[in-house]
Amino acid sequence: MATRQLSRSALAGGTNHEGFLRHRNFRWLKIAGGLCLVSIVAYLLIDQKPHPNGGSAYGYTLGTIGALLILWLTMLGLRKRAMTRGRWSLKAWTSAHVYLGLSLIIVATLHTGFHFGWNVHTLAYVLMMIVILSGMYGITVYAALPRFLSNNREETTQTQMLDTLRSLDRQLHDAAQPLDAGAAELVRRSLEDNPFGGGLWQRLSGNYPKCPTRIAQLELRRMARGMRSSVGADPLEKVDMLLERKESALTLIRQHLRYKALLEVWLYIHIPVTFALIAALAAHIISVFFYW
Amino acid sequence: MAEAYRVAIVGSGPAGLSAAARAAQLGISHVLLEKTDHLSDTIYKYQKGKHVMATPSQLVLRSDCDFDAGKREAILDVWNRQASEQKINVRYHSEVVKIGGVAGAFTIALKGGAEIQAEAIVLAIGTQGNPNTLRVPGVETNTVQYQLDDPGEYVDEHITVIGSGDAGIENAVGLAADPEQRNTVTILNRSADFSRAKDANVKLLFSMRDAGRLTVMTDTAPNLLEEGFITLDTRDGVAKIPCNRVIARMGSAAPRKFIEECGIEFTSPDREAFPKLSPVFESTNAGIFVIGALAGYPLIKHCMNQGYDVIEFINGNRTLKPADEPILEGKFKDLPGRRGVEYWLEFLRDNVAILEELSPLQMREFMLDSDVHAVRKGEVVFERNAPGSSLFGIASGGVRIEIDPRDPTRAVPVRAGSVFGEVGLISGRRRGATVRASEDSILVEIPRNAALKLMASVPAAKRALARISVERQLLQIFGSGLGPGDLAEVVNSSEIKSVKAGETIMNEGEEGYDIYVIRTGSMIVEKTIGGKPVFLSYLPAGSYIGEMALIEGGKRTATVRAGIKSEVIKISGEAFKALLAKRPNLLEKARADMATRQDLNAFIEAKKDSFSGVVDMYSSVAGFLVQNGIGEATDVLLIDENLCVGCDNCEKACADSHEGLSRLDREAGRTYAHLHVPTSCRHCEHPHCMADCPPNAIHRGPDGEVFIDETCIGCGNCQRNCPYGVIRMDKVPPKKPSLLSWIFFGRGPGPGEPSKKWSYAHAKGGAEQPKKAIKCDMCSGIEGGPACVRACPTGAAIRVAPEAFLSVSRLERIEG
Ligand SMILES: Cc1cc2nc3c(=O)[nH]c(=O)nc-3n(C[C@H](O)[C@H](O)[C@H](O)COP(=O)(O)OP(=O)(O)OC[C@H]3O[C@@H](n4cnc5c(N)ncnc54)[C@H](O)[C@@H]3O)c2cc1C
Ligand code: HEM
Ligand code: SF4
Ligand code: SF4
Repeated sequence: MATRQLSRSALAGGTNHEGFLRHRNFRWLKIAGGLCLVSIVAYLLIDQKPHPNGGSAYGYTLGTIGALLILWLTMLGLRKRAMTRGRWSLKAWTSAHVYLGLSLIIVATLHTGFHFGWNVHTLAYVLMMIVILSGMYGITVYAALPRFLSNNREETTQTQMLDTLRSLDRQLHDAAQPLDAGAAELVRRSLEDNPFGGGLWQRLSGNYPKCPTRIAQLELRRMARGMRSSVGADPLEKVDMLLERKESALTLIRQHLRYKALLEVWLYIHIPVTFALIAALAAHIISVFFYW
Repeated sequence: MAEAYRVAIVGSGPAGLSAAARAAQLGISHVLLEKTDHLSDTIYKYQKGKHVMATPSQLVLRSDCDFDAGKREAILDVWNRQASEQKINVRYHSEVVKIGGVAGAFTIALKGGAEIQAEAIVLAIGTQGNPNTLRVPGVETNTVQYQLDDPGEYVDEHITVIGSGDAGIENAVGLAADPEQRNTVTILNRSADFSRAKDANVKLLFSMRDAGRLTVMTDTAPNLLEEGFITLDTRDGVAKIPCNRVIARMGSAAPRKFIEECGIEFTSPDREAFPKLSPVFESTNAGIFVIGALAGYPLIKHCMNQGYDVIEFINGNRTLKPADEPILEGKFKDLPGRRGVEYWLEFLRDNVAILEELSPLQMREFMLDSDVHAVRKGEVVFERNAPGSSLFGIASGGVRIEIDPRDPTRAVPVRAGSVFGEVGLISGRRRGATVRASEDSILVEIPRNAALKLMASVPAAKRALARISVERQLLQIFGSGLGPGDLAEVVNSSEIKSVKAGETIMNEGEEGYDIYVIRTGSMIVEKTIGGKPVFLSYLPAGSYIGEMALIEGGKRTATVRAGIKSEVIKISGEAFKALLAKRPNLLEKARADMATRQDLNAFIEAKKDSFSGVVDMYSSVAGFLVQNGIGEATDVLLIDENLCVGCDNCEKACADSHEGLSRLDREAGRTYAHLHVPTSCRHCEHPHCMADCPPNAIHRGPDGEVFIDETCIGCGNCQRNCPYGVIRMDKVPPKKPSLLSWIFFGRGPGPGEPSKKWSYAHAKGGAEQPKKAIKCDMCSGIEGGPACVRACPTGAAIRVAPEAFLSVSRLERIEG
């Protein structure tokens, strides 16, 4: 049995689908690796007088490469948002960004000739290393977390999660009407709790020790134990059931927000420090040319 | 004595109203019978504030009533005013249930028993039909309604909604949405699942149920209505629940049965067929005229023009030229020789065999949708692999179909009178061969919808086309030097069979050596390995299967089942064997094809031990994709959730490449084994969305994309018809400040779709923006291709054609 389609996409090959790290069979890893290798070999071979530093011809070359690379790496932010026409792919850009960015560790370190001090030059270097380290954290979470994000949400969207919470809140509101003031106050605190609230640490750790919903549930259960009386239609029981459901809905969305925060948080270092880096870099270059 | 008139016009939509206005102007005694208590029920029921469009714009309006694009309310106001100013005799609450008598003396029976006499009748009842009614004891004496205008009207009631479609679900959800109304809502479904409704609606319903806001009863049917109660048959026996109001949403019956009972014939039994009409809109029952949507003209302007025309005709006007004359003149103006519209219409009808049986009126309408081209000798009509689903008829001259891409001299001639291009029409796939004019020719190009309409209205055309298409499809597949003559026997022995989704056409281990050609739809091939079915491959329309057993002998080596509803051509093994014996090079080709497939089998066999887990995985992923409509897709967006970081840059890129609205919802949609099918158009082979678009605004474009053009009137039919929920109805937001001014000065909302609030605050005053249907167009015309894929930073978003994706080559990747 045979068909015309099979011969088209024969056994090997198939669709071309690789993530940004493997893009084109690690093309940019190879290029960046080559760049590092050449820099190291040259560093060892070229006898820099009087001692290795940024002012030698070799140092200038590495410095220029490094500065241009930094500017180009910064352009990723623009590329990501400018939806122009043309055959570019952000995946290829990210791939190149990651590997060329990492190569800066070698290129820039060799450029310094291992001269560090309390000055703007070293400041630029340190800022760069911070950006790079944050980037390394970035690719680590990019590689590890997406599947957890996917498993956790199980086809529910964030909007749906919020809708569920809202509808539980409405029911809680109705169900709490017959409760006495103390119990109603507990429920009210749970209703006022904002799933997006809480500090950065709570968002990242997923721990909400003072979660009003859980407190409300614990307290209500404690109260109920004291006066276990009616059966079945007890309003407390209904509220308890709703609080339980709200808690599991909260767990879902908090976990979701946690993964998203872990995937994003580093950009809040990566990007601002990039701008600080460019400022420091400019100062470094100007001072080198005018005051050296 | 019954009321008596010269003309009775049934239905007060744009068609009927315009007819009545003309009759009033001419002083003809008339009555306009309307079922409801207001004019033009179809338009009355549009959503509040809907912007009504006046397309096609080239068509001039010829009516005594005014009509211009604008709000629904404004249009209805004008009509109401004009109806009274022009002294149109409207009779409301007058549903016509039966028409008897003959021309000159018809008797019209109204619901409720009244009768009306008329010499002539104009039927303009549209296509909305009547809602299916509830048939249980007690319906007459209790509150049962078939429509729900404003769910906010009802408070403190026990309401039972019957029906499991979108309408029923939307009503139930609407009634229960606001707890302040304190309604107790129950929805009944006769069957166990809500398969007829949209996924999103079902999800919403279930979440409301889980939230305790309404009750869903499946496997349940109503049995008896009593004051304040309804009795139900459930799977576990009889139940009686409180009920003050029943809302029955059980679909509607097309008006066809009623029309046929009036003695009017349709052109064919097909669902798409229209009544047979003369050039003056007269049906097969002399004296009864049919106009408007019911006659096959779904746009308001057409309807109104016909209303005017039909009364002129009835009044004896023989010289009236149709209002569409200028449009047709435009279509014919580039043809050689200065001839009039009449000449060309006749010329095409006489020379293209499948058009022969069209009436002059149908021919006019047909030409409004179609195009004529004069092509020179040697000119290419279309290229192999170009997308396109139109059918071509040759009125004069001839063409050659180049069946072998490597050798243009190998071609099948097609002569005047015949057609070509039917494979694309039937299978919805790209063109299989290049077609070139072999002499100067005149060709009619019939778009898919017009061709479907033609087949539905002229059964002979349908039969002729089926035969031609089988022959051509076989020629294309087995094209090694065969001519139509060689195939005669094979074609005669063949039959077209339709296969339901999931049904098999051959089973592993079975005897049998018939061959199957997939005509529409797609098939999946499975093999049982270690007791489990393993997905071997996916066969789109245009493939053939089954020759292995025929050539090699032996039993079937795999099971083939339909991925979606499909059609196959079954060819008798005997006839095919005879052909192979006659044509050794065909046998060779078949053997070569077979070798690839045997390799595949061997590959699977060899791998099964080393990674049976992977084989399993692959099979189940493939199964999941087919379930999610990939079986009818031509191009689909998938997201690998091993890579997706949730940045939504794909959505932002989509919005920024298309007037600020995103056509994909990344997060929504199904996921299996981290493979996510987002809510985004699959560019179906046979797009469901195209089925019912009044201005015919949905087309297949040059890259195979299904797109909606600017003539969209925003009726929302496509949104309802798309089973994957990918079409949204929305207004184009205002233009944003540039990216750089956002970055440096924080102006505007930034990349991606602006929020509703921002759009509202920055909307330009003046003309109100209509809502239009918005869907993915695969970024056609944008260099570099789909923006969603280009803008994904991690490579998670990919676009694939199913046949490439669903191939076993994936096995190694999944493993890796
Ligand atoms: C949501 C939506 C949006 C649309 N938007 C547009 C648009 O923007 N522009 C455009 O050009 N077209 C639009 N259309 C198409 C257009 O509305 C219809 O094609 C048009 O109304 C058809 O007119 P008609 O006169 O043939 O029938 P209808 O308008 O359907 O009128 C039929 C009338 O007959 C009455 N009737 C039915 N049966 C009987 C009976 N047995 N006895 C007595 N009376 C009866 C009905 O109550 C109704 O009033 C839209 C359609 C829909 C559904
Ligand atoms: C000095 C070096 C670097 C500079 C100046 C730099 C700068 C930037 C900038 C401006 C962005 C755009 C962020 C945005 O707008 O969303 C970005 C994104 C990113 N960078 Fe860097 N970067 C550097 C090094 C690195 C390194 C070494 C890595 C990895 C090891 C890295 C990984 C990334 C990743 C993964 C993204 C996110 C892509 C996305 O999600 O769109 N960067 N970087
Ligand atoms: S809009 Fe829906 S029906 Fe139309 S082609 Fe896309 S997925 Fe298919
Ligand atoms: S594209 Fe959709 S909304 Fe627009 S006119 Fe066609 S069917 Fe109606």
